Amino acid sequence: MIEQIPQILVLLGLIVSAILTYYFKDLLAATLAAGLFSFLISLEFYILQAPDVAISQAAIGAGLTTAIFIIAIRATGRFEGENS
Amino acid sequence: MSRIVRTAADIIYPFILIFGLYVVAHGHLTPGGGFQGGAVIATGGALVIVAYSYVEVREWLSGKVLMGQEVIGLVGFIGVALLALAFGQVFFFNYLNASGSLFGIPVPYGINAGELNTGGFVPLMNFSVGCEVWGGLTLVILYMLSGLEKEGC
Repeated sequence: MIEQIPQILVLLGLIVSAILTYYFKDLLAATLAAGLFSFLISLEFYILQAPDVAISQAAIGAGLTTAIFIIAIRATGRFEGENS
Repeated sequence: MSRIVRTAADIIYPFILIFGLYVVAHGHLTPGGGFQGGAVIATGGALVIVAYSYVEVREWLSGKVLMGQEVIGLVGFIGVALLALAFGQVFFFNYLNASGSLFGIPVPYGINAGELNTGGFVPLMNFSVGCEVWGGLTLVILYMLSGLEKEGC
């Protein structure tokens, strides 16, 4: 039981960050919540003993995807429904 | 972005670069490899690219260099694999393994810390893939940034 506590915490964090990503109207905050989701899922991969997949997920999911979203937000508008 | 973000990106970038090169170079011993290391390096490049404006980034980075890096990686990968045919072996035969030359010493027996100089051409493949992924993913970010017309924001 004691070794499942980190997994439970990480899964709770995953659910919370996914819900936050859905509900934020500030798109920068939503992007950062999605980055937090990617970071937590890479932590979960590491706990499940797949460090290879964890490195890929941390680099692609938390790094590059967040950077692409931030560039897209800089090119358009920061709040939902602003430039539509 | 602000001056704080730019200074932090300047300071952090060399460490990300070294860590990515470490993951690439130790791909045949530890978790990770060419793709993961290249993605880590490209993440560092993306950090710097996001922190500066497109006009400033284009002074140091050109798409042609990154595309050439991609070409070098892919040609190196297939060239190392095709070189096995020159030795009279099948395609992708590991001709460098235990040959005594580059990356060629036999793997030590038993539990050990891992010998870097083993693996035959697997480290060369890792270097090729790392070079290719580095160029390719940085190019994605650079072309994404080229859509931004306004500067300095």
